[in-house]
Amino acid sequence: MTVIDETAGALAPAAPAAPLLDVRDLHVEFRTRDGVAKAVNGVNYSVNAGETLAVLGESGSGKSVTAQAIMGILDMPPGRITSGEILFHGKDMLTMSGEERRKIRGRKIAMIFQDALSALNPVLSVGYQLGEMFRVHQGMSRKQAKLKAIELMDRVRIPAAKERVNDYPHQFSGGMRQRIMIAMALALEPDLIIADEPTTALDVTVQAQVMDLLAELQREFTMGLILITHDLGVVADVADKIAVMYAGRIVETAPVHEIYRRPAHPYTKGLLQSIPRLDRKGQELYAIKGLPPNLTRIPSGCAFNPRCPMAQDVCRTDVPVLHQVGPGRGSACHFWKETLGD
Amino acid sequence: MTDSPITAQGPAAPAAAPQGEPILQVRNLVKHFPLTQGILFKKQIGAVKAVDGVSFDLYRGETLGIVGESGCGKSTVAKLLMNLEQATSGEVFYKGQDITRLSGRALKAVRRNIQMVFQDPYTSLNPRMTVGDIIGEPFDIHPEAAPKGDRRRRVRELLDVVGLNPEYINRYPHQFSGGQRQRIGIARGLALNPEIIICDEPVSALDVSVQAQVVNLMEKLQDEFGLSYVFIAHDLSIVRHISDRVGVMYLGRIAEIGSDAEIYEHPTHPYTQALLSAVPVPDPEAREHRERIILSGDVPSPANPPSGCRFRTRCWKAQDRCATETPLLAIPERFADSGTLAAHESACHFAEAVSY
Repeated sequence: MTVIDETAGALAPAAPAAPLLDVRDLHVEFRTRDGVAKAVNGVNYSVNAGETLAVLGESGSGKSVTAQAIMGILDMPPGRITSGEILFHGKDMLTMSGEERRKIRGRKIAMIFQDALSALNPVLSVGYQLGEMFRVHQGMSRKQAKLKAIELMDRVRIPAAKERVNDYPHQFSGGMRQRIMIAMALALEPDLIIADEPTTALDVTVQAQVMDLLAELQREFTMGLILITHDLGVVADVADKIAVMYAGRIVETAPVHEIYRRPAHPYTKGLLQSIPRLDRKGQELYAIKGLPPNLTRIPSGCAFNPRCPMAQDVCRTDVPVLHQVGPGRGSACHFWKETLGD
Repeated sequence: MTDSPITAQGPAAPAAAPQGEPILQVRNLVKHFPLTQGILFKKQIGAVKAVDGVSFDLYRGETLGIVGESGCGKSTVAKLLMNLEQATSGEVFYKGQDITRLSGRALKAVRRNIQMVFQDPYTSLNPRMTVGDIIGEPFDIHPEAAPKGDRRRRVRELLDVVGLNPEYINRYPHQFSGGQRQRIGIARGLALNPEIIICDEPVSALDVSVQAQVVNLMEKLQDEFGLSYVFIAHDLSIVRHISDRVGVMYLGRIAEIGSDAEIYEHPTHPYTQALLSAVPVPDPEAREHRERIILSGDVPSPANPPSGCRFRTRCWKAQDRCATETPLLAIPERFADSGTLAAHESACHFAEAVSY
């Protein structure tokens, strides 16, 4: 197989093959009362136009912090990006001026948050909030902006958009509010959307509607999409590739189909096994022992070693690198061969 | 061991058992929350029909799962079962006694046998109390359950039973992780050696890798102490794993109820079918072979539910009859003698068998 990787991009700078977003060796720390919490410890991932990358992890795995760093909305202090690059269209956003970043934020990269009710302003109508995008970024008049807002609400299939444009967030149901969030993210037709747990707060029947809508709009605009989630099921539906995070590192990356069939990292494997399955009813569920680590005291070597059934001495001393385990697949485990094998 | 309240009383009931006598019988339970207008002179202008005629039985030693989306009334049912909310009408019989009519001492006696585990382990534990005080509090309320001098020992025993180090007795809740806090909540629920535990979304606030640990613990405790669970959750795969029977709720009513295989493999109610098809499956290949039903719209407001069948506004099978005639929860006639798994109670005029 031919691998089109960074070296190709380095030879011909700004070649069309360069990914839309390329995160390189990102490190983020937080100063807390208990010491320095290392939230992100060397994350690498890239997203192409029209591609969906799912970032999977539990709370505290660093998946949302990475997204906040990309968006430039990290709380600093206490947060601090200690090293790394975030290349967007080949340009490092971390070295840009505030002015330049503001031009990208919202216009080129947009974000959808988990809790639409707290992300929307309760005292402004949704039409006003949607229109704000056009007034601020494109200098439209109030009247024009409102028409655009109605158009957007139509686009995300809010019934009777014309009548509802002056309604306030609390007058919409959870699913509708999330559609408004999607509309807001889409407003300026960005190149990249980051969706942080977009359906976690929704019921399953509504969750399916919202995910379908998001996937459809993504195809229509050929946007890149980073989907941050803890739900293995949601990922399977829409993602092209997956990055699994644990304690601030990516422990496994793979095309979506492969990871479910043959996980190459014991953590991913444990997560998949702990899902209740029909053929194992009545038996004990497989459970990963122990708890996710405290980020101020991440275990030495592989962060997963205290919970890992395969851990050996080397796991306690050496940090595993992301081994290439197949086409487009990586696993940060010393024993990836054994994990893949059985 | 005879004096220990943490041992099972009598032989444990068989695990899969809708046989024998029901321990809890719920009949036509209704809870309407009044909507009022005016400040000084309140007048009722309507009611949120949170629970509107729910009936089911809970048998000894079984787990009854209740699933449904938010706002379907499943948590209100949990509170009604404990008499934490006063039912508008209907009955809940515990050993032949209607607990909705009880108060004072009689109610307190019944509650000793029906305990609850809450969803959010962060807000359901008092941050200013030590773990020992939290788990021991039931003994303050029911002093007859354990003599004063023996309580610390009991609490240590309980900590051990739920898999926590008994040395943690003097720690505070903030020193524990979410999964550990939920174990503390479970220990508190076990303290009085109840017969029934009502679990309202006990694992939904936990991380995926920790959920399985808590589910395993709950199953182990059930076997050990012969507990009956009412397990309320919105995660269909976890409910299937732990439940012997499952009831599906929609807008304050039970749409369908039956054994786990009946509900998950042969659902006959369109809502159940849609709900099952919408669940994201962590297996892309199985996914592609499955037909998905995407429901349109949202759940209607329980303050103004649709006439007739409550699901008709989102149902693809709805006809005129559904608007006028409320379907009863019963075994559909056409399946009654079929002897198949489709022969279970379903509240739909056009119940149809599908197999997954």
